[in-house]
Amino acid sequence: MAYLQSTVTRTGFFTAKKGRLPYLLLFPGMLWLFTFFVLPIINLAGTSTQTPVASGETGQYVQTFRLANYIDAFNQARPQFARSFLYATLATLLALAISYPLAYAIAFRSGKFKNILLVLVVAPFFTSFLLRTVAWKQILGEQGFVVPALRSMHIIGQNTSLTASALAVVTGMTYNFLPFMTLPLYASLERIDPRTLEASNDLYANGITTFRKVTFPLSMPGVVAGTLLTFIPAAGDYVNAAILGNPNTTMIGNVIDSRFFNIVDYPTAASLSFMLMAAILILVTIYIRRSGTDELV
Amino acid sequence: MADASSSSHGDLKLTRVTKSFGDFTAVDDLTLTIPEGSFFALLGPSGCGKTTTLRMIAGLEEPTVGSIYIGETDITTKKPYQRPVNTVFQNYALFPHLSIYENVAFGLRRRGVKDVKEQVEKVLKLVELPHLAERKPTQLSGGQQQRIALARAIVNRPALLLLDEPLGALDLKLRRQMQIELKWIQTEVGLTFVHVTHDQEEAMTMADTIAVMNEGRIEQMGSPAELYESPETAFVANFLGQSNLIRGEVTSSEAEQSVVEVHGQKVAVLKSRNRAKGKSILVGIRPEKIRISLPGDPCNGNVLTGGIVSDVSFVGVSTQYVVEMPWKQDLMVFEQNDGGTPTLRPGDPVSLSWNPPFTFGLDGSEDVNAGSEVDEPA
Repeated sequence: MAYLQSTVTRTGFFTAKKGRLPYLLLFPGMLWLFTFFVLPIINLAGTSTQTPVASGETGQYVQTFRLANYIDAFNQARPQFARSFLYATLATLLALAISYPLAYAIAFRSGKFKNILLVLVVAPFFTSFLLRTVAWKQILGEQGFVVPALRSMHIIGQNTSLTASALAVVTGMTYNFLPFMTLPLYASLERIDPRTLEASNDLYANGITTFRKVTFPLSMPGVVAGTLLTFIPAAGDYVNAAILGNPNTTMIGNVIDSRFFNIVDYPTAASLSFMLMAAILILVTIYIRRSGTDELV
Repeated sequence: MADASSSSHGDLKLTRVTKSFGDFTAVDDLTLTIPEGSFFALLGPSGCGKTTTLRMIAGLEEPTVGSIYIGETDITTKKPYQRPVNTVFQNYALFPHLSIYENVAFGLRRRGVKDVKEQVEKVLKLVELPHLAERKPTQLSGGQQQRIALARAIVNRPALLLLDEPLGALDLKLRRQMQIELKWIQTEVGLTFVHVTHDQEEAMTMADTIAVMNEGRIEQMGSPAELYESPETAFVANFLGQSNLIRGEVTSSEAEQSVVEVHGQKVAVLKSRNRAKGKSILVGIRPEKIRISLPGDPCNGNVLTGGIVSDVSFVGVSTQYVVEMPWKQDLMVFEQNDGGTPTLRPGDPVSLSWNPPFTFGLDGSEDVNAGSEVDEPA
């Protein structure tokens, strides 16, 4: 009886400890998030409603609660907002079009080269983001091989250049975010049981129908993850537009950057940041809801 | 593709089919006819080529040599989706993103069939799961998934239904139940079933005809009873149930039977059941055909004396004895627990006897242990 009782107490002790353990494990992460995300966000929210000091001195603001800052900021940066989402959408679609066949080939047809190909997909990450974008400028430049080649094939006019254009910005973003698209696509394609594809073949579906009805729907989690991982950073990106673009290709990221660091207009920059965040959040929520992939994961 | 179901019914004929993967020959010069409407089992240990044979019939592999016909139609090089053949896959391979209804409707929709709803409902009723139509495959138990995989295939009324170890993933009790149900459904829909399995009991329970495969070839083909009572090779004798195979020499020949000397004792083998080419013979007898008795007791027919009981296991309906013979060979004896004989104990001296017509004779060049040491994962 005494033995039994001691067992009971010990079990109780362990359950209690088990109940506490998840919170203990969460603590470091939560602390990190609180210090470096929640506090700065609150700070930024404060900044977004500040107004300039009465003396009109540059970069000096007082804390007010002026929500009209948002309306002013939006009216000023409307074209850049639209451009950001347009470019991000184009880059995402382009990346999807390039990545899907690539991921498909790696997942189903690469045999023993699978690992090498995956390393190659990630390889650009071994150099810095900035460096890669600058290199892209060289590639598309007058001295690169792309422009002369396209000119000789009469695909572009003799006086057309590719740098400092919307095309360069979009292709640059596509290039930079490509692995974020390829890897989740690969992961979801690789998880498909080849026997389901055989079953589809067996049930009178040819290759194309099998792709439309089985392979593609089963890869939807990868498509959703890949497009989100590409679209979100692309929509907020300013490096590609700064290095590869011209004054007419400015994105919202560039506006925020220049408001913060050049014009020192903190309230506008902060409210633009919030609006960008909100817009992305809303779009992403709608997208996930509509794609209906939650059951598949 | 449009009219896959009705155009080419008839017997399935494989003619001199060989499939090689590099140096390995999975299926070796196989010729086989499966009559329309039969329940046919391809039985053999893993690696014997039975699954490769099935995949060639389905069109998922192409034969290296040979041809495959259904009725008069050559389907050897046809794509899987062009064949009037459907498969129940080993792991079911249901489409995880589609509802049960859509899984079953998949083949009908691809073929542009009109009354999809009616046919799907009918087949779901047949497998007794109409209430699960809206569920997703992952919400079903193993046995339910198995039935849906079956429904998804038979709804297309193929000329041929292929079943690749369809019950392998189910537990024993459910497997027994599904064996009976599959057999019933086959009779109900009247399609030709080709069933691949390594489970000899499963093949015996369901199939009209069994082809026992070994190393890419068919060892023997026939009804379950034929294969069991008159195995033609040591592999079949050992793979289907258990057999005692004793080496001997044919010493004299009478009108209907040969007399065989086994380790100094004489037994008779009917000539019609003797497949030995020369004098050297393997005398075969199934364990349940042997009567076990104490040395002094009267016994008739073929008698082998000098045995010592070395192991006894009581398994309910019968008692299984291992008897060591003077020539150091262990023989198996299954005795019915019908109260006729008292239970013997290890160490007891015994005589073994059986009715001569139960004996089968195999060629002496065969390996006594062929087919008995194949260890199959469940």
